Amino acid sequence: MSRATRHRLLRIALPIVIGVLFLGAWEAIVRIEGIAPYILPAPSAVAVSLWTDGPSLFGSLLVTLRITLAALAAAALVGGGLALLFARSRVLELSLFPYAVILQVTPIVAIAPLIIIWVRQPFLALLVCAWIVAFFPIVSNTTVGLNSADRNLLALMRLYGATPGQVLRYVRLPTALPYFLAGLRISGGLALIGAVVAEFVAGTGGAETGLAFRILESGYRLAIPRLFAALFLLSVTGIAIYLVLDALSRRVLRNWHESVSAEEEE
Amino acid sequence: MKFAAPSRSRPRNSPSSATLPPPPLAGEGWGGGKLPTATDTGLATTASEAPVLTIAGVGKRFASGLQALGGVDLTVRRGEFVSLLGPSGCGKSTLLRIVAGLSQPSTGNCALHLDTAPGQRVASGRVGFVFQDATLMPWSTVLNNVLLPFRIARHLGAAERERAAAALRSVSLAGFENAYPHQLSGGMRMRVSIARALVTEPDLLLLDEPFAALDEITRLALNDDLLRLWETRRPTVLFVTHSVFESVYLSTRIAVMAARPGRIVADLPVDLPHPRERAIRTAPDYVAACEQVSAALGAAMPQGATR
Repeated sequence: MSRATRHRLLRIALPIVIGVLFLGAWEAIVRIEGIAPYILPAPSAVAVSLWTDGPSLFGSLLVTLRITLAALAAAALVGGGLALLFARSRVLELSLFPYAVILQVTPIVAIAPLIIIWVRQPFLALLVCAWIVAFFPIVSNTTVGLNSADRNLLALMRLYGATPGQVLRYVRLPTALPYFLAGLRISGGLALIGAVVAEFVAGTGGAETGLAFRILESGYRLAIPRLFAALFLLSVTGIAIYLVLDALSRRVLRNWHESVSAEEEE
Repeated sequence: MKFAAPSRSRPRNSPSSATLPPPPLAGEGWGGGKLPTATDTGLATTASEAPVLTIAGVGKRFASGLQALGGVDLTVRRGEFVSLLGPSGCGKSTLLRIVAGLSQPSTGNCALHLDTAPGQRVASGRVGFVFQDATLMPWSTVLNNVLLPFRIARHLGAAERERAAAALRSVSLAGFENAYPHQLSGGMRMRVSIARALVTEPDLLLLDEPFAALDEITRLALNDDLLRLWETRRPTVLFVTHSVFESVYLSTRIAVMAARPGRIVADLPVDLPHPRERAIRTAPDYVAACEQVSAALGAAMPQGATR
């Protein structure tokens, strides 16, 4: 077995071993100590709850996921668009960027109630909250990317009489792509957090309820195993979003981005 | 290879350029070896050629107040290989950027005598530029990198693709069209860069210390390749270097520069016959020429320089 294969195997096997050990210890402690399920449910109880409440939880997951993905798409569009405007006009960047920072540093929990009051439509209100959390990494990363084109390459474009549009298309956009994708990967997780936090504040997403409301509701009813099951679904969703975006960026950058190709040559 | 033909057959501004013999068409480029035509188109003919570039009293003062160049005069004639040789910080790269139109001179005048219409000074590939690093687009294949000048000119057809293929053949990179830059060695990347500069058949080829970042072995190989390329196609070259041996080996003329402010202190012809082989590096004439250039360079250095 080559060193590389062994390394890859260990990278998968070690976390699994740790996970199994952790769950085993948890199960054992709960059983031995006789801890009540409304204080700390055993992993087996969570699994049972996941099975029995699965259909209703899964429906809520879809609601949350829809908000998350819509917010992420809006963040990519608006964030990318703003970055393009910033690259086009230094004045615009200087005047607007501080406000993007202000939006970013303001805790979403604090402004979510306002947004929910102002935006009547619940789905839209949650979408706006998730979007505020998610869009900043994309704006800031893409802006940096658009401005970090190779100076000599830019000089070459000038030498050959390229138009600003051609410079953007042939040099700036390709340079910015890895930066944009890195921002997108961060924003994927943030959009999910934003969606959940907003729903916590809103109480409910209207007629449909998302996972956050399930967690609140389970807490009130002391249905702790179901709370854990909902939490588990949220984590899995977050990981899945990250993996999908990671795979997407690897696929897009497969041929040329050095950080990707260097890794594959290991 | 129909590579060099189109631009050479164009009408010239000056009748004297009609005396230029047609460029020898070497089968497939650099590896072509012995080229009988190159010997009888030596220095004697280039001296009477029409100027491609006239630099008159060019000075450059940066915003910081640094006087990078102070009154440079230089004329480069069609078919010449002129080296700008000087210590670091003597403004040779600045001068090259001014020639390329990437920087404006503070004083003086820099004129290119090209076939293109006036006002269209450097656009559309009449000047080729090779930077110290290869400056390729890492996200594009070798072929697409070489096609970039045509893409910018919005003039990309079958003929241009054939010219790109020919340019890649001329730098011995046939078969690497679909490779990405990160898959190539540093020397190969530099060859791609040279192919891109040549693909538009520029009237003037500017090279800014293109081999300075390469290891010695690659550097010697690329010196030979560039020499073969010049001997077969006779482009007009302005070459920035800080290596005496390299400049003597490659050039027909060497302009020695001094720093603070940057200026040309000696203009030395290199009377070594073409084609030059690597063996010439041990020939007495070559060694003598190197000594002469070194002496000029030494005189150009400030007294008691400790750098």
